[in-house]
Amino acid sequence: MGDDLYREQILEHYKNPHHFGELPDADITQEGDNPLCGDVITLYLKLDDGRLGDVRFRGRGCAISQASASMLTDLIVGKPLKELKTFPTKDLLEELGIQISPARMKCATLSVNTLRVALNGDSGEED
Amino acid sequence: MIETRALNVEAVRADFPILGRRINGKPLVYLDSAATSQKPAAVIDAMDDYYRRYNANPHRGVYAISEEATAAYEGARQRVARFINAGSPKEVIFTRNTTEAINLVRYSWGRANIGAGDGILLTEMEHHSNLVPWQLLASEVSARLEFLCIDDDGLLQLDGLERKLDGVRLLAITHQSNTLGTINPIRAIAEAAHRAGALVLVDGAQAVPHMPVDVQELGVDFYAFSGHKMCGPTGIGVLWARRALLEAMPPFLGGGDMIKRVKLTEASWNDLPWKFEAGTPSVAEGIGLGAAVDYLAQFGMDAVRAHERTLVGYAMEKLQDVPGITLYGPRDPEVHGGAVSFTLPNIHPHDLATLVDREGIAVRAGHHCTQPLMDRLGVAATTRASFYVYNRTDEVDQLVDGIQKAQKVFA
Repeated sequence: MGDDLYREQILEHYKNPHHFGELPDADITQEGDNPLCGDVITLYLKLDDGRLGDVRFRGRGCAISQASASMLTDLIVGKPLKELKTFPTKDLLEELGIQISPARMKCATLSVNTLRVALNGDSGEED
Repeated sequence: MIETRALNVEAVRADFPILGRRINGKPLVYLDSAATSQKPAAVIDAMDDYYRRYNANPHRGVYAISEEATAAYEGARQRVARFINAGSPKEVIFTRNTTEAINLVRYSWGRANIGAGDGILLTEMEHHSNLVPWQLLASEVSARLEFLCIDDDGLLQLDGLERKLDGVRLLAITHQSNTLGTINPIRAIAEAAHRAGALVLVDGAQAVPHMPVDVQELGVDFYAFSGHKMCGPTGIGVLWARRALLEAMPPFLGGGDMIKRVKLTEASWNDLPWKFEAGTPSVAEGIGLGAAVDYLAQFGMDAVRAHERTLVGYAMEKLQDVPGITLYGPRDPEVHGGAVSFTLPNIHPHDLATLVDREGIAVRAGHHCTQPLMDRLGVAATTRASFYVYNRTDEVDQLVDGIQKAQKVFA
């Protein structure tokens, strides 16, 4: 099927997600979902002196939503919270590195929207 | 009089311009007719002809093209009436779609006839369009909602029916499940409902396009369906109801066309069916629906149903050999209409639908507007392949190939 949407790196994140699991002593636990597709994720954030000390996520859903969550955790761990509050969606999309169709955009951005809800109380989603 | 014609799939396919398209370099394999059907040239041309040659507001216009528009629009109503064996075209109310038809009943009949403590009996397999309107009515008038459950084959469990009908004013039920494909035994259920003093509304959105439907023989009270799932355009649907009910019901939307005489502070209502058709109607869409009915009638709906029964039987047989697959809905093709839902381990339906799209195959992935049914099945979403007059068994084979390729990607 020679599929760039399901390129190796995305499948790898989907099959073996990074930072997968829970943080029992998380400072912030935030659920997010796409009711239309049934994608769900929960982000566990441990804060450390103005930075994101540690992160875990749990979730289920399509490969795009779960791989994007896994990639996001790599991008945000250790970063200053101030920066993460305005973490740009495009940075995650660049990391995904694939053309996301409008129908699948909600899947690709579920994790970053959930992060912004966790830190700001709303996703600041532009749509 | 409509010429009859054998349902020859290759000839049928030539009637649908869109089937000549290629998607991602592959011929379009359209397996989403339960969402909306494709349109034959005869329907597209009928609408085009209206706009090009006799576009005018129907009813009341005294000039030639308005009279032509009126004749075409009302002619479509007569054809629809014959198609479902309505007692009279006056019983055929044009709406925007099935959803609007059901909401018409909710606002007009429901508000006047359902009160505090009354029961509305539904099923677990209802589309949101035949669930949410009744949730809204129930909360408005303090009525209670009851549900018929399904068994693991996706068939309704009818053993407790009499008891569940106790105190029920309305039974609202789908004729064919859009997700499971289950064809419900409407006639028997309607008889039981009537014995218990309840009226019966049927969501026929998935039935009228696919099988013979005779509203009088079914013995129901309200029957709703959409044009766009039966080779017709979007923006036109039908509410059929028994005439005595429609005569007694208050209007739905107020405005032009639905009135007989208007004074500053009051108005009287037009005759049926126009009493329920406020404002300029969807004229082109009505004419398109008339053409769609003619198109289907040439094959006869027994032939359409037989064709789909073959496709569903073939699809169930082929799909059940896919490793790990879970198929939903009845095993028996006799009670399984032209839609097959399934899930695969480790591949989310959206991923599967995206991957087979690369092969030109259009299937639907999601909850199919039946979230309570998804909860009952214990899944967030399924993939659904649905069939129509233009589908071939080799398209099922292509779907199975596509699934196997997707399984390799996710292996």
